[in-house]
Amino acid sequence: MEQDVADLREYLLKFARLQLRNTTWAEDAVSETILAALTKPQAFESRSQLKTWLVGILKHKIVDALRHHSREVSGLETSEDDQTDPLELISFKADGHFTEAPAEWGNPENHASSHQFFEVLEACVNQLPAAQGRLFLMREWLELSCDEICKELELTSTNLYVQLHRARLRLRECLELHWFMTGSKT
Amino acid sequence: MMPLNRTCKEVAALVVAREDRALPLADRVALRIHMTICDTCTRFERQILSMKNSMQQWRNYTGSDSTKDGGS
Repeated sequence: MEQDVADLREYLLKFARLQLRNTTWAEDAVSETILAALTKPQAFESRSQLKTWLVGILKHKIVDALRHHSREVSGLETSEDDQTDPLELISFKADGHFTEAPAEWGNPENHASSHQFFEVLEACVNQLPAAQGRLFLMREWLELSCDEICKELELTSTNLYVQLHRARLRLRECLELHWFMTGSKT
Repeated sequence: MMPLNRTCKEVAALVVAREDRALPLADRVALRIHMTICDTCTRFERQILSMKNSMQQWRNYTGSDSTKDGGS
């Protein structure tokens, strides 16, 4: 099993980097995950089960890291994120109606299983400002509630909602641009 | 102004906010009323739902071998 676990290091690193947006923290979290896995070896019938188990451990290690670096994680003091509301990027008429209708995305079942789509999705998440990306993935990957995130990071709910609102709108924009309008969907 | 009137812009903000917090009753009602008369916002809402759906599938995908082997 040692070899299998070591082989999955890159795989784990990808998600750790995406969630933590810091290479050192990500490498530490993955090392701790592998160490934990090797001290408690278990038998798995398939590589897929092994992956699921490792990702589960990784998520715990990542929550620890986020808590430990809480001040930097929510990064509200950084100027990296401009303060525009992404809703302003969507054009509305003076009376509040959409100037241009949002694109019809079609049935997500048709595309969301494809590897290519997930690559675009990951790239779009990675393009979010770091703090927004972390908070967004805490909701959507670690599946933490807003209350839990606020508690772990000592963040006010207002702050969190604003960041998530921006993240979701930016992601929507990015997906529309790089997936739904490029004709790459099948 | 009717208290249940919302512009598309306000509705778009509510549709996004709903992913992270429970909306007050008045907003929920206003949203539903607006959706019955506005195709554009219905489409925007479908995009947000589709995104939620995609994130869920991505979550499952991160822990399994649904496509190619990411490890080697």
